[in-house]
Amino acid sequence: MSSIKPRVKVPKEVSIDEIVEIKTLIRHPMHSGRMKDADGQTIPRQIINFFSAKFNGKDVFKMDLEPSISTNPYIVFQYKAKESGTFDFEWIDDSGEKYSISKKMAVS
Amino acid sequence: MKLKKLRKISRRNALQLIAAFTGTAMLPSMSFSQPNKALDRINEITKGLGATESDIYLDLPEIAENGNQVKVSFEMDSPMTESDHVKTVYILADGNPSPNVAKFYFTPEMGSCSATTRMRLSKTQNVYLLAENNNGQFLMTNAKVKVTIGGCGG
Repeated sequence: MSSIKPRVKVPKEVSIDEIVEIKTLIRHPMHSGRMKDADGQTIPRQIINFFSAKFNGKDVFKMDLEPSISTNPYIVFQYKAKESGTFDFEWIDDSGEKYSISKKMAVS
Repeated sequence: MKLKKLRKISRRNALQLIAAFTGTAMLPSMSFSQPNKALDRINEITKGLGATESDIYLDLPEIAENGNQVKVSFEMDSPMTESDHVKTVYILADGNPSPNVAKFYFTPEMGSCSATTRMRLSKTQNVYLLAENNNGQFLMTNAKVKVTIGGCGG
């Protein structure tokens, strides 16, 4: 499913010990399994159920998502910059499909 | 003369109808609420220990016009060091089909304990935040959100 594209906002350059805000958004219908389509058929549950963020391979933040999370999940969290490196973000949905994106951040 | 009489009757009928309608409309809100699913879940997570009410910054709209997209933010006072940090934060909603909304896993790497996301609320209800420290201590807070249009489908 190439229509699902994650977007992440990470500052490119930050100073050491600065707490930066990371904003993430992924386009996903998040079918809760309770909605009905135009013909009255229940749309089966299909949601992103897990999100994780790593920095230089080390776990930073994880989140379990439930059907109560809105369409196009938007997640914001903070990170204390210590060294330059790369963020790896990953979303996993009910079908086991993984969506990922990487962003570089320079720390001075 | 005849016309006037007709109008009088119809107005009385209308009033009776209104009275009957408001009567039935008020019934569901008068029936008492079901057991609180979110508090049951908190009991389950804390293994019956319960959580201390705490002064956590939980930002939710007082009135959500669209229950499909309700922004929820929180921030907790924590040094976020290896020896003292918030490990997990649960968001629970007592009026949704399932009380679980999200579970956040924090690490000392983050430097602060705060996050934002958007959730669905099916009706007016209380939203609970439950946090667990690395030493196993539980803290909680809650906020009421009035929902104009519910957002869970069905």
